[in-house]
Amino acid sequence: MTGTLKAYAVRLFPQVAALAIILFMVSLAFPGFFKLSFQNDRLYGSLIDILNRGAPVALLAIGMTVVIATKGIDLSVGAVMAICGAVAAASITAGHSLAFTLLVTISTGILCGLWNGVLVAVLDIQPIIATLVLMVAGRGIAQLITEGAILTFNHPGLIFIGSGSLFGLPMPVIIWLGFGLIVALLVRRTALGMLIEAVGVNRRASRLSGVSTGVLLIAAYILSGLCAALAGIIAAADIRGADANNAGLWLELDAILAVVVGGTSLLGGRFSIAASLLGAMIIQSINTGILLSGFPPEFNLIIKAAIIVLILVIQSPRAQSAFIWMSRVRAAEPKKEQEAK
Amino acid sequence: MNPRYLPLTATVAIFLIAYAVCIAQYPNMLSTRVIGNLLTDNAFLGIAAVGMTFVILSGGIDLSIGAVIAFTGVFLAVLLQSTAIHPLAAFALALIITTAFGAMMGAIIHHLEMPPFIVTLAGMFLARGMAFVLSIDSIPIKHPFYTSLKSFYYVLPGGGRLTLIGGLMLVVFLVGILIAHRTRFGADVYALGGGTATARLMGVPIGRTTVMIYALSGFLAGLSGIVFSLYTSAGYSLATVGVELDAIAAVVIGGTLLTGGSGFVAGTLIGILIQGLIQTYITFDGSLSSWWTKILIGLLLFAFILLQKALILLSDRRRRHA
Repeated sequence: MTGTLKAYAVRLFPQVAALAIILFMVSLAFPGFFKLSFQNDRLYGSLIDILNRGAPVALLAIGMTVVIATKGIDLSVGAVMAICGAVAAASITAGHSLAFTLLVTISTGILCGLWNGVLVAVLDIQPIIATLVLMVAGRGIAQLITEGAILTFNHPGLIFIGSGSLFGLPMPVIIWLGFGLIVALLVRRTALGMLIEAVGVNRRASRLSGVSTGVLLIAAYILSGLCAALAGIIAAADIRGADANNAGLWLELDAILAVVVGGTSLLGGRFSIAASLLGAMIIQSINTGILLSGFPPEFNLIIKAAIIVLILVIQSPRAQSAFIWMSRVRAAEPKKEQEAK
Repeated sequence: MNPRYLPLTATVAIFLIAYAVCIAQYPNMLSTRVIGNLLTDNAFLGIAAVGMTFVILSGGIDLSIGAVIAFTGVFLAVLLQSTAIHPLAAFALALIITTAFGAMMGAIIHHLEMPPFIVTLAGMFLARGMAFVLSIDSIPIKHPFYTSLKSFYYVLPGGGRLTLIGGLMLVVFLVGILIAHRTRFGADVYALGGGTATARLMGVPIGRTTVMIYALSGFLAGLSGIVFSLYTSAGYSLATVGVELDAIAAVVIGGTLLTGGSGFVAGTLIGILIQGLIQTYITFDGSLSSWWTKILIGLLLFAFILLQKALILLSDRRRRHA
C-alpha cells in the first residue's frame, strides 16, 4: 500500500508543485488570497472560489481523461453542456419534478455520449471528426429546445445545485469531488482502468487479446456525455437559466488542456484522473489569479498557449528520448568511477 | 466511374438539387445577385478553407485559422489607425506574420512529433490572445483606400455584383487547384496524407512539406483576415469565432477524406457554396431559426462521413477480390 501511495506521490508531484507555485505567486500579488471565512453555514474565500468556478471544467476533465486514454477525443462536451442545460431548464419550467428533470437531463447526456461512442466504436470514425458532428449541430439543437431565448427558472431545488452548499462547501465542489472519487475508484479498484489503457495503447492488439474494445470505447464516450450533463446542470443552475449560445462555449478546449496539464498523453494510454482534476484547478487558479492580481484578462489566452507549448516540449517523444539518454549517462558515470578505482 | 470522384459527384449533385429546390420555392433565388452575394459573403471562409483543404489532405488539422483571421483584422485596424502606413504595406506585413506563424506551428508539429490538433490549439489561443492584447474593442477602418477597394466590382449580366473579395476567392481556389494537382508540392501533400512512412520511402521531404503546408494555411488565413477586414471595415478580436469548424465542415462536405490523401480543392468550393445556400434559404424563408443552419450542416457532415466510410469499405473489398 505504501508502495502505491509513493507511486501516486511521484505521479502527481509536478501538478501539485505547479499548483503550489501558482497559488504562491497569486498570494504575493493579492495578500488576502488564502483567507477563508465561515458565514451562512459555508466557507468563503478565494480558494473556495477557485474550487467552485472550476467545477464545470473539472467535471468535463474526468470524462475527457478516460476518452483521451482510449486515444480518442471528445470535442462535443461544450455543446452537450448547452443541450443538457436547455433540457433541464425546459423540463423544470414545464412543471416537472426535480428528480424527473435530473433524470431526463442525465439521460440526454448519456444519449449524446452513446451517439459519439457508436460513431467511434461501431462505424470506426476518427474521434475528432465523429464528435465534431455533435459539436457543430449541438448548439443548434440546444437553441431549438430553448426556442432561441434564454430560458430562466426559479425552482429552488435546481438552483441549489448551482449555488447551494453542503458540509460547508458549495454544491458544485461536492459534486465534482464526489464524482471524481467515484470514477477514480471505479477505474483503479477494478481492472477497467487497465483495459482502457490497453485500448488506448493498441486497439487492435487489445481486441485480439480478448478485450471487448467496442463496449469500452462506447462506455468512455457515455461517461464523457454524463460528465457534460452534470456540468451543464451546474452551469445552468448557477445563472438560473439556460443560455444555448454561451453555456460551455470553448470549455471542451479547457477540459482537453486540463487533461494535458495533468500529464495524460494525447496519444492514449496511461492516465490519471486525479492529475486531470489538479490540471483543471491549475487552469482555474491562473484564471482567478490573473483577475485578482489586476492583470488584464487578455493575457489569459497567451499564458494558456505558453503552458501548452511547454507541456508539448516536455511530452514530445524526442524530448523524452533525450531525458532517457541523459539519465542513462548519469547512471553510467558512477559505474565508470567505480571501475576506475 | 472511378470511386475517387464519387464524393465530389455527390457534393455537386446535392448542391444542384438543393439549389433547384430553393428555386422551385423562391424563383427569385435564380439570379446573379444571389450568386454574387453568395460569393461575397463567403469569400473569407472560402479562402481559409483552401488552406484547410491542404492541411486535411496531408492528414492534419488546423484549429487556429479563426483566431488568425481575427488577429489579422485587429492588426490591420490598429496599424491603420495609429500609423500612416499604406494599407498595401500593412497587408504585406500581416501576411508575413501569419505565414511565419503557420510555419512555426508546422515546425513544432514535425520536430516535436506532436499531434497537429493540440499544436494548432495552442496556436489558436496564442493568436486570439495576441488579438486581445492589441485591442479588445471593435476598431473601425476608415482609410480611403478601403473605400476605393470596396467600390471595385464587376457587374454580372442580370445586375449581380462580383466584388473584389468574391473574385479573389475564386482566384485563390483556381491557384489552389493548380498547386494541388500540377506541382511537386501538391503531390507531396497527397503522398503525406497517404501515410508518413510510405511518403518518406518515396523520397518526400517530410519536414519541409509539413512546414510548408501549415505556412500555406497561415498565409491563406492571413489573406482571409484581410478579406474579412475589407468585408466588415473593422477589426474585432472576438470576430470569426468557430470559423475553423465551418472550414472543416466545408472541406468534408466537399468530399475530402479526413484521413488525408484523397480529395479535391474544387470540392471545398462546392462545400462552401452549400453552406452559403442553406443560409440564403433561411434568409429567404424568414421564419426559420438561423440555428437550422448549424443542424443541417451537422447532418450533412454526418452523411458525408458515412459516405466516406462506405467508399473505403467498398474499395477494400474490391482490393481483396483483385
